[in-house]
Amino acid sequence: MDTDQYKEIFLDESREHLQAVNDNILKLEKNPNQLDLVNEIFRSAHTLKGMAATMGFEDIASLTHQMENVLDLIRRNELAVTTAVIDITFEAIESLEEMVSEISEGGEGKKDVSHLVSQLERIEKGTASQKVDNIDKEVSVDMNLDQYQSTIISQSKDQGYQAFQLTIQLNEDCMLKAARVYMIFEALEELGEVIKAVPSVEELEEEKFEQSFSLILLSKENEFIIEKRVKQVSEVYSVKVFSLDQIQKEEVTVIEASTEDSKVHEEKPQSKSKSAASKTIRVNIERIDHLMNLFEEMVIDRGRLEDLSKKVGDQELIETVEHMSRVSQDMQGMMLTMRMVPVEQVFNRFPRMVRGLAKDLNKEIELKISGADTELDRTVVDEIGDPLVHLIRNSMDHGIESPEKRVQQGKEKTGTLELRAFHSGNHVIIEIEDNGAGINREKVIEKAIANELVTEECSEKLTNEEINDLIFASGFSTADQVSDVSGRGVGLDVVRSKIESLGGHIFVESEKGRGSKFSIQLPLTLSILATLLVKVVDETYAIPLSSIEETVLLKPEQIMNMQQQPVMDFRGKVIPILSLAEVFQVPSYQKSTEQGNTAVVIVKKGEKMTGLIVDSFIGQKEVVLKSLGELLQDVKGISGATILGDGRVSLIIDSNALVK
Amino acid sequence: METLVKVIVFQLKNNQYGVNIQQVRSIERLQNVTEVPQTVDFIKGVINLRGEITPIIDLKERLHIGETEYTDDTRVLIININTIQVGLIVDAATDVIDIDSSIIDAPPEMIGGVTEDYITGVAKLEDKLLILLNLECVLNMDEIKKIEEVVED
Repeated sequence: MDTDQYKEIFLDESREHLQAVNDNILKLEKNPNQLDLVNEIFRSAHTLKGMAATMGFEDIASLTHQMENVLDLIRRNELAVTTAVIDITFEAIESLEEMVSEISEGGEGKKDVSHLVSQLERIEKGTASQKVDNIDKEVSVDMNLDQYQSTIISQSKDQGYQAFQLTIQLNEDCMLKAARVYMIFEALEELGEVIKAVPSVEELEEEKFEQSFSLILLSKENEFIIEKRVKQVSEVYSVKVFSLDQIQKEEVTVIEASTEDSKVHEEKPQSKSKSAASKTIRVNIERIDHLMNLFEEMVIDRGRLEDLSKKVGDQELIETVEHMSRVSQDMQGMMLTMRMVPVEQVFNRFPRMVRGLAKDLNKEIELKISGADTELDRTVVDEIGDPLVHLIRNSMDHGIESPEKRVQQGKEKTGTLELRAFHSGNHVIIEIEDNGAGINREKVIEKAIANELVTEECSEKLTNEEINDLIFASGFSTADQVSDVSGRGVGLDVVRSKIESLGGHIFVESEKGRGSKFSIQLPLTLSILATLLVKVVDETYAIPLSSIEETVLLKPEQIMNMQQQPVMDFRGKVIPILSLAEVFQVPSYQKSTEQGNTAVVIVKKGEKMTGLIVDSFIGQKEVVLKSLGELLQDVKGISGATILGDGRVSLIIDSNALVK
Repeated sequence: METLVKVIVFQLKNNQYGVNIQQVRSIERLQNVTEVPQTVDFIKGVINLRGEITPIIDLKERLHIGETEYTDDTRVLIININTIQVGLIVDAATDVIDIDSSIIDAPPEMIGGVTEDYITGVAKLEDKLLILLNLECVLNMDEIKKIEEVVED
C-alpha cells in the first residue's frame, strides 16, 4: 500500500501522542494512583500502535504493543507503578521518538527494540505472582461509569433498585454470539434495566468481542435470581454477579451530597473535548509562510498608498487608506498569531530530560516551569530548543551542586531550576535560573587568561558583566573535567550566535554561591518590525524601535568630549555618541558647524547605551525586513533592508553592532 | 558541430562585451540606488527590484577598467547565478545576437585590461570583437569576500 501521503499525518500524530504519553507518565510518577492517567497513556499507546502497524513500521508497533500490555496491567491494578516501570517506559518512549524522527528524515523507522521489548515482557510476566486480586477495584476501573450513569444508579436506588455488575462468558464454541447476547439482554430486561455494557451494545451486536462481556443492571431482584436467569440462556459458560453498591458507595455519596456540583464537573470536560475536536485544522507551514510573504508585499504597497494619499490630499482617499491600514494591521496580527505556537512545545521535553540528567549526575534537581503558554513565532520555537537544552544542561552540570555539597553550604538538598517564559513589550523573555554555585569569577578569569581571551593586566579591570560575558566567548569552558553532559568548550558561544541569528540576545546575571540566571530575549516575529525612520544627508535609515531607548535633541553645549570621544549626559549616565554619517561614511556629508540642535537617537544593548547622531527624525513605520542577500552578508551595523513607501530601499540599522 | 549561443551585447567604455542570455533576468534603467556603508567600492548599493532587494555592482570597477559615469544610456543587467541575484551597471545594453560557437576563440592573455580569468572567450564578429564574460568568476563570492576582508583591514 502506498502510505506516503499519510506519512506526514502519521508523523504529526505520533509526535502528539508521544508527547501526551510523556506528559502523563511524568504526572503519573508524581501520583501513581491516578488511574485515569494510565488510561490516557494506554489510549495514546494504542492509537500509536494502530497507526504504526497500518503504516508498516513494525518495530514501533511491537514496542508499543508491549508497552500496552504493561500499561494494561497497571490499569487493571495488577501492577504497581514503580520507578522501574516508569524508567523502562521512558526508555521505550525515547526509542519511539528516535524511530519517529528517523521516519521523518526519510528513514525506515527501524531500530532494534528487542531489548526493550523483552524488558517490558519481563515486567509483564514478573507481576503474575503479585497480582492483586481485588475484584472491587477491577470492576470500578473496568466499567468506568460516567457521572450520568452514577446518577441514575443513585437515583434508582431510592426507588428500591439495586445495581449489579455482571460478567458473562460465552462458550468458546458459541457460534452466534450476537444472538446469545440478544437473548441475554432480553432475559435481563425482564428483571430490570441494563444501563451500561462493556463493550458497548452496538459492538456486542456486531460480535466485536471475544468470549466475555460485562454490563450493569438495575434490578429489584437479588443476585441469585439474576444469575439463574442468565444461565437459562444456552451456551453461557459462566456468569458472575456482584452488587455495585459497595463499589459505588464513595462516588454515590459525593453525588448525593451535591448534584449541582456533579453537573458542573460533568460539563467541563465535555465542552473542552468538543472544542478541541472541531475547531482546529492542520495547515502546512509553507502555506502560512507563503501567505506571510504575500502579506509583506501588501505592507509595502500599504506604505506606498499612505504616502500617495497624503500627497494627493483627498480626504476620502485618506480615510479609505487609513481604514485599509487599520484592517491590514489587524490582518497582520492575525497572521502573526497563526504562526505563533506556545513555547510549551519546546518546554515539554525538559522535564524528562532534567529527570534523566539529574539521575546521571547524582543530583537532586527540581524543575519549575512557568509561562509555557507564552507564544512565539514558529521559526523561533523550532530553533530555540537546542540552545535551551544546552543552557539547562549547563546549569545542571556546572551550576547546581551535588546534594552533599549543598547541605554543607547550608542550602536545601534539592536544587531548583526555574524555566520561565513571559512577554515583555515586543519581546518574549525566556529565563533559566538555578540556585546553584553561580559563576566563579576567579575561575573564569583564570580560564580566560589560559585561553588567551584576555591578558592578565586586563583581567583585573574587568567588571562583573564583562566577566559574565566571557563565558560566551568561543572555546571557553570552565569545567575542569570534560563531562558527558557539557564542557566540551563548544557551547555557550554557539548558543549565543544561534540566539543572535534569531534576532535575540542573551544575558547572564550571577551571584557566587547563589546561582545564576540566563535571560534570552527573543523578538515576537521575525519579518515585520516597528522602526523609527531617520534621515542622514539623503539616506533614510530605519532603527528598530525595540532597541531605541529615547530620542533627544541636544544643544551644542550638551555634547562634551571625553578622550576625544564625544559623550552626552543621559539621566546621570555618561554615554558615548556616534555620528551615523561618519560611521557609515555617507557621501557628501559635511560635519556641520552650525550651532543648531543635534538630533540623537539613544539605542541600547542590554544595559549599555549609545547615542546616534542623525540629521532628522522622520517618524515611526512598520517595515518588512529583507535580507541584503548573499553578496552583502555581514555588513557591519546593518541587519537588512526594507522597501519604503516610495519604492526606495532603506537600510535597517543593527544598533547592537554600534553600541560599544 | 555548430551550436548557437544567444548573448546580450553591452558596452563598457568603447568595448563590446557579451553574456549568455540564460544568466540575465532583465535589463533595467538605473535608479534610486541605496548605498550600503562599509562595503567594497564596486558594490554601489542595493535597489528595489519589484520587491526584491538586489545588490548593484559597477562592472567596470569590478573589472578594474575605470568607473562608470551615469548617463541616460546606463543600464543595469539583472543577473541570476547560483541563487544570487545581482545587478551589473553597464554603459549601454545594445543588442541580443546569436553567436556560432565556431567563431569563439579561447581568451588571449590580456584584453583591454581585463584579466583572462573573467573571460570565457572572444567572439570574432564581422566588424568587431566581442568579449564573452565569465560571470561566475566575476561574481565569485569567495573572491569578493576576500576583497571585503582587505577593505575592512
